[in-house]
Amino acid sequence: MNSDEKPILRIKGLNKFYSGGFQALKDINLDINKGEIVALLGPNGAGKTTLISVVCGIVNPSSGTVTVDGNDIIKDFRKTRSVIGLVPQELTTDSFETVFSTLVFSRGLFGKPPSPTYIEKVLRSLSLWDKKDDMIMTLSGGMKRRVLIAKALSHEPTVLFLDEPTAGVDVNLRKDMWEIVRELKAEGVTIILTTHYIEEAEEIADRVGVINNGEIILMEDKDKLMAKLGKKQLILDLCDQLSAVPQSMADYKLELSENGMQLVYTFTAQGDRTGITALMDDLKLAGIAFRDLNTTQSSLEEIFVNLVEESS
Amino acid sequence: MNIYGIMAIYKFEMARTKRTLVQSIVAPVITTSLYFIVFGAAIGSRIDQVSGISYGAFIVPGLIMLNLLTHSISNASFGIYFPKFVGTVYEMLSAPVSTLEVVLGYVGAAASKAVILGIIILITANFFIDLQIAHPIMMMVFILLTAISFSLFGFILGIWADNFEKLSIVPMLLVTPLVFLGGSFYSTDMLPEPWQTISHFNPVLYLVSGLRWSFYEISEVSVMLSLASILIFMFVCLGVVYYLFKTGYKLRS
Ligand SMILES: Nc1ncnc2c1ncn2[C@@H]1O[C@H](COP(=O)(O)OP(=O)(O)OP(=O)(O)O)[C@@H](O)[C@H]1O
Ligand SMILES: [Mg+2]
Repeated sequence: MNSDEKPILRIKGLNKFYSGGFQALKDINLDINKGEIVALLGPNGAGKTTLISVVCGIVNPSSGTVTVDGNDIIKDFRKTRSVIGLVPQELTTDSFETVFSTLVFSRGLFGKPPSPTYIEKVLRSLSLWDKKDDMIMTLSGGMKRRVLIAKALSHEPTVLFLDEPTAGVDVNLRKDMWEIVRELKAEGVTIILTTHYIEEAEEIADRVGVINNGEIILMEDKDKLMAKLGKKQLILDLCDQLSAVPQSMADYKLELSENGMQLVYTFTAQGDRTGITALMDDLKLAGIAFRDLNTTQSSLEEIFVNLVEESS
Repeated sequence: MNIYGIMAIYKFEMARTKRTLVQSIVAPVITTSLYFIVFGAAIGSRIDQVSGISYGAFIVPGLIMLNLLTHSISNASFGIYFPKFVGTVYEMLSAPVSTLEVVLGYVGAAASKAVILGIIILITANFFIDLQIAHPIMMMVFILLTAISFSLFGFILGIWADNFEKLSIVPMLLVTPLVFLGGSFYSTDMLPEPWQTISHFNPVLYLVSGLRWSFYEISEVSVMLSLASILIFMFVCLGVVYYLFKTGYKLRS
């Protein structure tokens, strides 16, 4: 992340109250840089869709400002909306239109001159070309999802929002989708996606944000986040059963498994000194031999669950 | 101005009609023919003339008005209601199109369809009676203004309605009675008092009267009054539409 570059998306002090008085977004501040892939995580009802909807112009903000490439989303809505593509969470498509004509419609609606060749390219990249003359209602759910993605790409957006793009999607489409996301990123497109699948964020995102109760409780580079919050564990399979952790090793806070055959040492991956070397020496001194060892790292999922539990 | 955007909405709406060609063209031809058979031939043979013209010819402007009004309203209201209902409206809300452009697309398409329908009815009528049009340009002005105004009205209805019942209740309980009681198929001076006076509070009377004047130079109220009332109605609708979009009423939460 290049910090002196001007952010493509800047959200400042954004609040959203729905008509019933419910506050769905609370003082959101967020900068997203050009070409980044940002994954937004958060439990149901956290406010992810609301946040995206405000930026796209579907929901009115109650207060605060949002700019896309320096243009205000309200005052310069033409400029901002014409560069944004949105794949909505809900599968909402026309029924009687053909796949091709719905893309022609989307492209026109976003003010772009017709380009059958570009539409063909999009359809081919999503394996929809052979379905181009089919009525949308005759497609399966996953195919409809592809159509929604194609529609969002039909006007060559430079900022793409994917609201839970992989809900109800099979492995193939998921692969295709990440392939397209990587290609788009290579072309300089900024991608903001929401998901409930943490592996997805882990796999694709440059930065990860966590929203809970309308607040961004975390926004961090994925790698830094993994390093900072990721706990590591060293698991030792012992040769001989132990009844208790020897007194001399109390400082390491080791855990002994129930059958007395495994020792677990927990350390953070962040510090320079993990204490492993010292531990090994002390084990030797105490006369504890082991047959095997392995380390595990906590996943983003665990990090995420911990965070949300802490914040609620 | 997002011309491509307006064209996209317009074409989408026109394509919707193409898919239901039978419903949009054959149906009005049949109903018009039925009106001529029932009202023109059966009843008309007993009512010989109204205001000096044959009954069959007399009902043509009323028939056109009835169709213009109901189809403008249903086309425009359905056009905007349906995307709201199925959720596809998200795309329009997130697109770089202004209020004016959305209205031009939807209302333009609904009004075009209504005008085409009016012409179809004229052609159909020509098979039954010998049509005379004294002021063809004024006839087109009335047809156009009515189609545009009531398409605007339909558009408002479509935005306001949050269920199918609301969508159909206004045309059914308000528009159809007003058309039938507005002198479409009779001259209000055939009515006894106080109905004659009450009829003059019916806005549709002014539309029918104006259109009939452009055909036969007979009218119940002055042509200028007819023209003024349709223009006023159009501007009121425009104002309401402007307000709806300004506040995002029922479209943007
Ligand atoms: N139109 C609305 N009117 C009132 N409240 C709403 C509206 N839309 C959303 N909400 C509320 O705002 C909160 C945030 O909703 P939102 O759809 O943004 O959540 P989300 O993070 O996208 O959840 P999910 O993971 O389930 O998609 C929820 O409590 C929801 O009930
Ligand atoms: Mg959501």
